[in-house]
Amino acid sequence: MRTGVKLAVGALFVVAALGLAGVAQSLVIKGSTTVLPIAQLIAEEFAAIHPAAVISVQGGGSGTGIAALIDRTTHIAISSRAMKPSEWAKAVANKVYPYHWFVANDAIAVVVHPTNPISRITFAQLRAIYTGEIRNWKDLGGRDQPIVVVSRDTASGTFESFKELVLENKEVTAPAALFQPSNGAVAETVGRTPGAIGYIGLGYLNPTLKALPVARDAAGPFVEATRDTVVAGIYPIARPLFMITDGFPTGLVLEFIMFVLSDQGQRTVEEAGFVAIRRIGG
Amino acid sequence: MTENHGRAPAVASWVGRRWGRAREWIARGVTWGCASVSLLALGLITVYLFCEGVPVFRTVDPLAFLGGKAWFPTSEPPSLGILPMILGSGLVTMVALAVAVPFGVATALFIGEVVPTVFRNPLKVAVELLAGIPSVVYGFFGLVIVVPWLEALLGLPTGQTALTAALLLGVMALPTVASLTEDAVAAVPNAWREAAFALGATHWQTMRTVVVPAARSGLLAGVLLGMGRAVGETMTVLMVSGNSPRFLPSLTSPTRTLTATIALEMAETPVGSPHYHALFAVGTVLFVFTLLLNVVGDMVGHRLGRHG
Repeated sequence: MRTGVKLAVGALFVVAALGLAGVAQSLVIKGSTTVLPIAQLIAEEFAAIHPAAVISVQGGGSGTGIAALIDRTTHIAISSRAMKPSEWAKAVANKVYPYHWFVANDAIAVVVHPTNPISRITFAQLRAIYTGEIRNWKDLGGRDQPIVVVSRDTASGTFESFKELVLENKEVTAPAALFQPSNGAVAETVGRTPGAIGYIGLGYLNPTLKALPVARDAAGPFVEATRDTVVAGIYPIARPLFMITDGFPTGLVLEFIMFVLSDQGQRTVEEAGFVAIRRIGG
Repeated sequence: MTENHGRAPAVASWVGRRWGRAREWIARGVTWGCASVSLLALGLITVYLFCEGVPVFRTVDPLAFLGGKAWFPTSEPPSLGILPMILGSGLVTMVALAVAVPFGVATALFIGEVVPTVFRNPLKVAVELLAGIPSVVYGFFGLVIVVPWLEALLGLPTGQTALTAALLLGVMALPTVASLTEDAVAAVPNAWREAAFALGATHWQTMRTVVVPAARSGLLAGVLLGMGRAVGETMTVLMVSGNSPRFLPSLTSPTRTLTATIALEMAETPVGSPHYHALFAVGTVLFVFTLLLNVVGDMVGHRLGRHG
């Protein structure tokens, strides 16, 4: 009888401990606003499989996320760049050993109205357009028509990427530039406006838009915006996106990373308007 | 309790009286509670807005914030000047009022003075329905219909302009102007109209010289509240105004309002950054402005209540 009671009490403790562990399974993800939509979508799907996990996804920028990883206040830092040497030094001094996971490609297509005769564009031309130096298509060999500059809002990750990769961190200063709240709104506006030029995540391309092949300089090569050129690493307005962990992770963090890299996770990456790290079957 | 058969009914009536009194107290408590919840909510929102908005002045001084011409919130260091948005909001609101006031007042006079009584209520309902259309529907209608139409009509490179936003806001503020004016017109005593007719005034002369002057405080309240509606509207403006953060003194150029700035940038702004506090400070500016409009509108409206 006594052993029975002991066993029962013991079992109760085990159950209670497991319950507590279940409640305490938290996962903090923090960093780049560019990677944020991916992390949020995948976190929702992951939470559906792991109901006990409490997942918190926060923005703040790549630098903030990496700083949080170094301070051990986040499990996963999401970042639109690899860590800088100075950050590595700080991390190692704090006995944090960063492990970069390549989770998605951020690729941006430059789009114009389908009736626009322009067939390709360089980074220098894009900079001139977005800073207001060139204001008419005829200066680029097109029709005599004012250029309607369309941009994403300045707080968005797509804006941040475009600014870093193409504009050399210059601001969009074209005087009558339109700022749209979403990739969808940019696509909508460019698709309806004959003189417009805009930029959107590759996943938002549709037949009402013409994506221009782009080149870093006039010598070329001009590369078309397709999933293949992005995955092959030759499309110039693209960059890898990372999730960074402290060492090779275990437990819930490892499960989350594996979920991101799985076919289901990579399909979600594409749903969020980004390009998967490999070709995945529909 | 009309009959009295001894003690039991007496007790019942005592209980009944007590219950009646208790009910009164409960009703009083519940209404008092509800009223204080809305007051408390207003108080908390105000405090929160100021607490989150004021820290922006650690990055930029108040004059540079209100008078600065450059808005590059994600630059290093950020430029946080909201003058273009204040001017944008002002321009769009004024043009919207230029649409809403004449049409609103004319609608109210038509409903109150001209139309046969049978049609009065259906018309009033129709005007109120106009106020019930969600702003995103106005925005979508604007984007799909008004934007291409203005583009074609005026030969503009893009139809996402201050004018587009102002036209839609004018239609949205019209019901506010119309229904407040209509109330004021209805409050003008009939004897005054009859007196005017007796002096030989025509219908039009009566409206112009008796009804409108008598209803002017209600009319003014309608204009002020309509202005509040136009200043505070967000979704429609966000969708059709183009959101260009540089102010161009032209109706046919894109513009950006205070409300659209918050809606556009809030979702992806890091919590606690200067940009975040700047957006709250923009909210505070809007709050102070609409509060003033409402207070003034209310005061003017009350004068109507007493003298109308």
